[in-house]
Amino acid sequence: MRRSIPFWRDVRVLRVFSQILFVAIVALLAGFLYANLSQAMAKRGLTSGFGFLQLEAGFEIGETPIPYAPGDTYGRAYLVGVLNTLKVSLIGIVLATVVGLVAGVGRLSSNWLIRQITSAYIEVIRNTPLLVQLFFWYSAVIYQFPAIKSSIRLPGGIFLSKRGVALPWLRPTGTFRFWLLFLFGGIAAAIVLWVWRRRYQERSGKPGYAGFMSLGAVLVPSLAGWFLVGQRPLRPDVPEIQGFRFIGGTYMTPEYAALLIGLVVYTAAFIAEVVRGGIISVRKGQIEAGRSLGLTEMQSLRLIVFPQALRIIVPPLTSQYLNLAKNSSLAIAVGFPDLFNVSKTILNQTGRPVPVVILMMASYLTMSLLTSLLMNIYNRRIRFLET
Amino acid sequence: MAVSKQELAPPRGETGLLGWMRKNLFSTWYSGLLTLLSLGVLYLFLRSAITWAVRTARWGVVTENLRLFMIGSYPPGQSWRPAACVLIVSCLLGLSWAIWGRAMRIFALGLGGMLGLLALFRFAMPTRLWLLANPVAVGVGYGLGLLLRRWRRAGMVALLAWLLGFGVTWVLLQGFRKAVGLPYVSMESSWGGLLLTFVLSIVGIILSFPIGVLLALGRRSDLPAVRFSSIFFIEVVRGVPLVTILFMANIMLPLFLPEQIRIERVVRAMVGMLLFSAAYTAENVRAGLQSIPEGQIEAAKAVGLKGSLITSLIVLPQALRLVIPANVGQFISLFKDTSLVAIIGLLDLLNIGRSVLSQPEFMGLQREVFAFVALIYGIFSYAMSYGSYRLEKALGLGER
Repeated sequence: MRRSIPFWRDVRVLRVFSQILFVAIVALLAGFLYANLSQAMAKRGLTSGFGFLQLEAGFEIGETPIPYAPGDTYGRAYLVGVLNTLKVSLIGIVLATVVGLVAGVGRLSSNWLIRQITSAYIEVIRNTPLLVQLFFWYSAVIYQFPAIKSSIRLPGGIFLSKRGVALPWLRPTGTFRFWLLFLFGGIAAAIVLWVWRRRYQERSGKPGYAGFMSLGAVLVPSLAGWFLVGQRPLRPDVPEIQGFRFIGGTYMTPEYAALLIGLVVYTAAFIAEVVRGGIISVRKGQIEAGRSLGLTEMQSLRLIVFPQALRIIVPPLTSQYLNLAKNSSLAIAVGFPDLFNVSKTILNQTGRPVPVVILMMASYLTMSLLTSLLMNIYNRRIRFLET
Repeated sequence: MAVSKQELAPPRGETGLLGWMRKNLFSTWYSGLLTLLSLGVLYLFLRSAITWAVRTARWGVVTENLRLFMIGSYPPGQSWRPAACVLIVSCLLGLSWAIWGRAMRIFALGLGGMLGLLALFRFAMPTRLWLLANPVAVGVGYGLGLLLRRWRRAGMVALLAWLLGFGVTWVLLQGFRKAVGLPYVSMESSWGGLLLTFVLSIVGIILSFPIGVLLALGRRSDLPAVRFSSIFFIEVVRGVPLVTILFMANIMLPLFLPEQIRIERVVRAMVGMLLFSAAYTAENVRAGLQSIPEGQIEAAKAVGLKGSLITSLIVLPQALRLVIPANVGQFISLFKDTSLVAIIGLLDLLNIGRSVLSQPEFMGLQREVFAFVALIYGIFSYAMSYGSYRLEKALGLGER
C-alpha cells in the first residue's frame, strides 16, 4: 500500500517554499533599507543619478596621467583617479613580484646570513599594518630627505629629495617608430620559431633549441634596426636639478614614491612566503631524480622545480595581486590622488553619496573580477593535464 | 679491509665554528661574495639605526604620551577600569590553560610574561604593581582551573567564564549612565588608542564568526536562491578594499536606518569591520566544510539524521575545529586592519600617534612615533602568529 507524503514534508515543496521565504525576507529587508534611504535623501535634499558626472569639477588634482584641468568634468576627474590607481597597481605588481621572488628564494638560500636577513624582513613587514608603513615611508623617510638643492645623489643619476625622486629614463627620438617595426617583426618571428621548434622537439625527441632561436629572432632584427634607422631611437635622459625642480629623466612625486615603495615592500613580503611555500611543496625526491638523470642544478630548478611550484604559487599569488590593487586605496593616507581619494573629493563637493559609492565599488569590483578572471585562465593553462 | 677500532677524528675545517662558516656562509664563491656584501650593508644599516635609536631619537614623545597611546582620552581618574579588564583577561587565560590544555598555554604565559617583564622598566609604582599583578592573575586562574578540571563540564565552564568575562569588561569599560559607582565613559568620545584597536578587532572577530559560518553554509546550500545571495555578498565584499567598506558604513549607514536610530561613528566602523571580516571568515569556514569527507554525511543520512542535524552534529564540529588556525590568522589581519579606521577619523592607536604629532611640541618626530606604533602592532601580531603556530601543533592539525 502506498501512502503519499503530505505536502508539508515533501522535499520538493519544501525546497521551493523555503527559497520563496528566503527571497521574501531579503526583499523585505532591502525594501526597508531602500525606503529609509530615499526618505533620508529626500529630507537632506540629496539626489541620485549620475548626471553630475557632466558638471564642472573645479578642483585640482596633483598628478594626472591624462591632461586634466579644474575646468574639466567630474567624469574626467574620476577617470584620472582610475588611471592613477591602475598605474600604481600595475607597476607595483611587477616590482613586488620581482622583489618577492628574490626574497622567497633568499629565504631558502643555503647561505645562513641571507636566510636570516630575508626572514627578518618578511616577519617585520608582515606583522605591522600597511597604513603605519605608508605613514612611515611618507613622513618619516621621504619627507625627511633634504631639499631639492641638496638632493641625495645615488650612483646612476638617481636623485632623492623632499620634493620627490628623479630617475634616469629612456626617451624615444624621431626614429623610434621605425625601430618599433623591427622590434615587433622580431617578436612575431620569435613566436613562430618557438612554436615550430617546440613541435619539432616534441615529435623528434631531439633538442629544438626553441629558446635560443627565439631569443636570436628578437635580438638580431632589433639590433640591426638600431643601427639601420640612422639616429639612435632611444636616448638616455639623466635628470638634472634646475632651480627648484628636476629637468629630464622621469620624476616621481613624494606621494607616488611613498605609496609605490610602501605597496611593493609590503606585498613582496607576502609574495615571498607564497614563493617559498611553492618551492618547498616540490618533493625532494623529484629534484634528486632529476639530478640522477644528469640534469644540472639550474636545469633541475628550471625544468622540475619551477613548473611544479608554479601550480601551487599561482592561486595565492593572484590574491596577493588583488590585495595590492585593493590596498592602493590607502593612497589617501599619503595624499596620492587615486580612485578612492578622488571619489571622496567628488563626494564632498557634490553631496551625492549613493552614486559615488556605487561607482567606486563597481570600479574596484570590475578590477578585481578582471584580474581573477585572467589569472584563472592562466591557472587553467598550467594545471596538471592528467587530473 | 679491517676497520680500525679507534674512531678517526673528523677532518679539520669540517666541524666547529670554522666548518659551520664554511658550510653556511662560504660554500661557493658567489655565496661568499653575497655574505660579505650583505655583512657590509647590514653593518651600515644597523650602525645608523642603532645610533638613531640610542642617541638621536627623542623618545620623550612616547613616554610622555604613553597613556594616550594606550587608552586614548579615557578619563585619567578611571584608568583603573581598562587595567582591571587586562587582569580579567590574564585570569581567564590562566583558567583556560588549565582546562583546555597546552593550546592556551602559550597565550597565557605570553601575556603574563610580557606584562611582568615590563614591570622592570621605570614606571610609576601603581603601574608597576599592576604589571606584576598580571602574572599573578594568570597563576590564580591556572589554580582555579586545576580545581575545576576534575569536573566533567569544565570545558563548558571555561566557555561560560569567557562570555561572562566579555560582559563584565564591557560593563566595566562603559559604566552606567544613571547608576552611581561607575561613571559613564562614552565609547564614541573617550575610548581610544590601543584600547579602541583591541575593542574593534575583538568585537569584529567575535560577531563576524557566526555570520561567516552562516554565509559559508549558505554558499554550500543546494537552494539556488540562498547560494547565489551568499556568493554575491562574499564576492562583492572580497572584491572591494576595506577602506571603501568603512567609508560606506560611515556615510551610508545613517541613511539606511530609520531616522530615530542614531548610531555612533565607532559602531559604524564596527559594522564595516564586521561585514568585511564575515566574508573572509566565510571563505575560511568553507575550506573547513569542504574537507569533511562525503562519506560521513552519507553515513549520517543512512543512520537517519535530518539535514540540520547532520550539519550541526557531524559537519560543523569537525569543520570548525579545522579552521581555528585560519581564524587566528584572520584575527591577526583584522587587528592590523583596524588601523584603517584612522582614515575615517577614529582615534585608534595609529591616529593617536598622528594627533600627538600635530601638537607643536612634538612636531617632526614622525620616526619616533611611527616606529613605536609599528612596534606595538608588531609585538602583538607576532605573538599571536607564534601562538597560532603552537596552537596548530597542539591541536595536531595538518598531521593527519
